[in-house]
Amino acid sequence: MRTLFFLLQKEFIQIFRNRTMLPIIFLMPIVQLVILVYAATLEMKDIRFSVVDLDQTEQSRGVWQRFEASPFFHLNSFHSSEKRAMQDFYEGTADLLVIIPAGFEQSFYRNEPLSVQVLVNAINGLTAGLSSSYATQILLSVNQDLPLRLYAAQSSSQLKQIEITRRFWFNSSLNFKHYMVPGILVILVTVIGMFLSAINIVREKELGTMEQINVSPIGKVQFILGKLIPFIIIALFELALGLGIGKLLFDIPFRGSLWLLFSFAFLYLLLVIGFGLLLSTHSRTQQQVMFMSFFFLLVFILMSGIFTPVETMPDWARKVNYLNPFAYFMKVNRMILLKGSSIVDLWRDFLTIGLYAFLVLSLAVLTYRKRA
Amino acid sequence: MTAISIQNLHKSFASNRAVNEVSLNINRGELFGLIGPDGAGKTSLMRLIASLLLPDSGSVHVFGFDTRRDYRSIRKQLGYMPGRFSLYPDLTVEENLHFWATVFGTTIDRHYHLIEQIYKPLEPFKKRKAGQLSGGMKQKLALSCALIHSPSLLLLDEPTTGVDAVSRMEFWDMLQGLKGKDMTLLVSTPYMDEADLCDRIALMQQGKILSAGNPHHLRTQFIGRLWEVKTPQIHPLKQRLNALFGCEVAHLFGQCLHWTCQADMSIDKVEQVLKQFHIPIDSLREIEPGIEDCFIQIARS
Repeated sequence: MRTLFFLLQKEFIQIFRNRTMLPIIFLMPIVQLVILVYAATLEMKDIRFSVVDLDQTEQSRGVWQRFEASPFFHLNSFHSSEKRAMQDFYEGTADLLVIIPAGFEQSFYRNEPLSVQVLVNAINGLTAGLSSSYATQILLSVNQDLPLRLYAAQSSSQLKQIEITRRFWFNSSLNFKHYMVPGILVILVTVIGMFLSAINIVREKELGTMEQINVSPIGKVQFILGKLIPFIIIALFELALGLGIGKLLFDIPFRGSLWLLFSFAFLYLLLVIGFGLLLSTHSRTQQQVMFMSFFFLLVFILMSGIFTPVETMPDWARKVNYLNPFAYFMKVNRMILLKGSSIVDLWRDFLTIGLYAFLVLSLAVLTYRKRA
Repeated sequence: MTAISIQNLHKSFASNRAVNEVSLNINRGELFGLIGPDGAGKTSLMRLIASLLLPDSGSVHVFGFDTRRDYRSIRKQLGYMPGRFSLYPDLTVEENLHFWATVFGTTIDRHYHLIEQIYKPLEPFKKRKAGQLSGGMKQKLALSCALIHSPSLLLLDEPTTGVDAVSRMEFWDMLQGLKGKDMTLLVSTPYMDEADLCDRIALMQQGKILSAGNPHHLRTQFIGRLWEVKTPQIHPLKQRLNALFGCEVAHLFGQCLHWTCQADMSIDKVEQVLKQFHIPIDSLREIEPGIEDCFIQIARS
């Protein structure tokens, strides 16, 4: 116990004496949260659109003026033909085309089915989906709002509509930041935990102090614990700092128990840091270990569902995600903070990560050799 | 009493035989020198004794404990100072010493008398980071850290390599001072002139031990008479020695040439031959063989 205490003391002295790493440890959460949350937003504004109005009537103008009035859209230019308008697509000056056919007004007053063509640049499927759903909403409102249409609808019972009222649960204002903050916190905590621990043992190897420790009576478990505990403490501190910033800047809700969140974070960190230590004991240079952990981190982050929902991934990818520690914490973090989920809803994730951590840590201890 | 006993030890890295059929006994309380050029296998042998490497075949016993099975018992009594400076450069002198003391479950105070002489000159710098010390001071600190738990066996891997001549002598003085304290010291070095400072030595080359024993005794085993000549034409003479004297062993030693002949020749005869072939002589004398001469003779035979 006494030896472990001094191992920890030594680690902390070294961490706090490192003039390049220390600022990063404390600046990273602030920079990541502030910049990434604002930058990586999926709320779309100012989608540039061009109009081809072949009808040139009051009713047709009403349609594109609604687009223009919407905060989501920004009028780029008018064109006399679809072909000309397509040029805007190619040049990248517009991402959406609204084409109103000739005879639009005529059909309108005759109470015939109306058609408006909307073309969307779908290079990025996600933004295309959002743009087109915004456009659909605007076109539906054209249908509903015009008094004449309404009058017609009331007089002929065949046109009765189903009115849809929506209420968004857990994030009622569809505040994208509330969704992003927990995700970015996961990345933050993982990067700190995994990188720092992975570099640490390799550094001892490069210094040659590893051999000195190896010839000493320090046990494997003591040694691994001495490396594990400092980084768990730092990473949990980062999580607390990140949550504080999230609360202050973005007013993210803490609906669930913070104790539960920190318990899960603890298990998760055992796993992630164990993983870092495992990589570390099998590398000889800092370069090797950085490259390896970077590779794993990148795959884990992209698969985790921070940018694209896990639900849209193909079946095999979702199965691969069972091995991805990121995906669990990403999910649990959002569930606890935004939904207020309790242990009853999350015990499976707790169990999985707990077992996973046990496995990886055992592997790290067992494969760490005190001699060759 | 035996401190280290090595039997038929083999260790290879890929196709390189680092330690090849080594058998050796080192007595308790002895200052033993492991002497040989770079790549002779000294470090590998040290690491095998330190139980950091496992032997391919053969065995090493330290105080009767097998390095393969009982390495835990060995490590409690072992101090190991690797060839490279291997302390934490970002910890201070004092913190390093404190850390290594606690790692071995002891305190600085308990064994301070052991390191007092070595650590004294470092005391004024105890708040300085180890990475910022000079070479000689780093070494004193490393030795202090290796000694702080009062090991029964101290392994020093090339402690004097890359150290200036004054610090080297100082270091050997420190080692001599430790000898009386019931401690077995095993020192490896590529410098042959350090051999005479050891109680016993082993000459090592290409993974094998060429010869082992008391350095004075080793020198008496030198075969033939050894001549030393100083001349401006050192290289041409070296090439012609064989034709002139039927010489067997010739090597450069500083600015002099050392050689031995089987044939028994007087100093006048040698001088006569050299003059006959117009080789200018600054000095010529018969000398007692040093360890380096012995090493070269054994290595060539």
